[in-house]
Amino acid sequence: MTERHPVGEGLWRELARQALARLLRSYGSAQFDLCEDAVQEALLHAYQQWPTRFPDDPLGWLTATARRRYADRARSDARRRNRETRAAMLHPPVTPEARQSDDSLLVLQLCCHPDLPRSARVALTLRAVAGLTTAQIANVYQLPEATIAQRITRAKRRVAALGRPLPRPEHARERLASVLDVLYVMFTEAHHTTAGAPPRDADLAAEAIRLARLLRRSVPESTEAAGLLALMLLTEARHPARVAPDGSLRPLDEQDRTLWDRDLIGEGIELVEQAAPGADPGPYLLQSCIAALHAQASDTAATDWNEILALYRLLEIVTGHRNPTISLNRIVAQAMVEGTDVALAAIDALEADHPGLPRTDAVRAHLLEQADRPADAAEAYRRAAAATVNLAEQRHLRHRLRRLAGTDG
Amino acid sequence: MKYLILMHVDPAALEQLSEEQQRQIQEGHGAFMAAAKESGEFVATQALADPSRSKVVRSSGSGPEVTDGPFAESKEFMGGFYLVDVEDEARALELAKQIPDAAIPGLALEVRPVMFADLGDE
Repeated sequence: MTERHPVGEGLWRELARQALARLLRSYGSAQFDLCEDAVQEALLHAYQQWPTRFPDDPLGWLTATARRRYADRARSDARRRNRETRAAMLHPPVTPEARQSDDSLLVLQLCCHPDLPRSARVALTLRAVAGLTTAQIANVYQLPEATIAQRITRAKRRVAALGRPLPRPEHARERLASVLDVLYVMFTEAHHTTAGAPPRDADLAAEAIRLARLLRRSVPESTEAAGLLALMLLTEARHPARVAPDGSLRPLDEQDRTLWDRDLIGEGIELVEQAAPGADPGPYLLQSCIAALHAQASDTAATDWNEILALYRLLEIVTGHRNPTISLNRIVAQAMVEGTDVALAAIDALEADHPGLPRTDAVRAHLLEQADRPADAAEAYRRAAAATVNLAEQRHLRHRLRRLAGTDG
Repeated sequence: MKYLILMHVDPAALEQLSEEQQRQIQEGHGAFMAAAKESGEFVATQALADPSRSKVVRSSGSGPEVTDGPFAESKEFMGGFYLVDVEDEARALELAKQIPDAAIPGLALEVRPVMFADLGDE
């Protein structure tokens, strides 16, 4: 958007999301496609008109315009279809405008519907809730705009075809887990992207945090929503120290902790301290507790590894031992508490159960290096560098390999 | 997650194809592209000219030197590729099986993860 325009990009997105929520509240999730198109058209209209005639009530104006667009489209569609459809589409609003926070959650839940493919959930959430344009989403993922547009179109049709009535506000907590997972995927994609190009992904992390804040406001009593937001803030805080100027990754024990963002850490820790006492230990809350312990330590030696190991074991239990990546992280903590021999044996056992688990050889290589077994460590680094699909991680592993061979500082 | 599906070709197998088979392959690729676009998984595709048109640029010790290609010595060559963006490797393999080459002896598809992509638009 141009600088002279009376509405900044943040407000545009906020207005678009709220207008969409209002339309969906009125016409139902079966009309997702039509509602979203109507809001997009209304936005275009607003963008042209508002510089010369700015409305007193921008959201009211946008919603009213979107409703007219919706009615126009529904009518022309209905002409092609039958009378019953027309009656359904022109159905008057069933409820008065609901509270904004409930509506935000509702749109999030529709976009994160578990019946949609994961990539479609992410794309739809970025478009309909975060308010990104198709071009912006395409750029984040380095995909052609047509590919993203098609994904969103299919996802909207799918949501419409699911055709269930909108969840009522008192049932708004349903499907929260799917929303949490979509936001977490979005965030981890930004930080461990397969594209391996950090500068482009900063936006995606910011979007995920924005959405996690929105979710937290919508369900203030959910300690998992608080845990997810805290986890994101605490992870984001380490980002400046995590990627070296050459684009390679710096592991936690090599990071310059003065580069960590203290404001984000403060906010994250406060969230954890509010949410954790007496709460059910959910996976996101537990991970945020672990991140908070790292954030509070001045270095690796000062880190409370006993507590971290205990939290990882609890995390394995609450996730039913179904996520081997959590077990791999537990083994890293185990090495600090029980020594590298115990940890190396644990890795062998984990690998036997989960062959091909990503990062297994990377963790093993670090442990072998610590155990002063350079030849075995080098072999493991070579395998790890070949196995990863992350460019920054591969650079880091090759750097460790060269350092081990004495050909690099 | 992006995957490159490389189309490998044995020229001897290609020569033995009947008109009918050629037509089926062509139509099959058209149908595959349409389906991958419809599902929102298509990124790009390119078909390459015959490897006899290749030149190779490489260091001769004192600087880059140009010779006739191709680089690889084998009789098989890469005829082209599809770039797709899918949920996981299993889906990439599922797509590769739908490419008509998968049904022709002497042709093969190689599926490899992409680590970095820049499609050039800002």
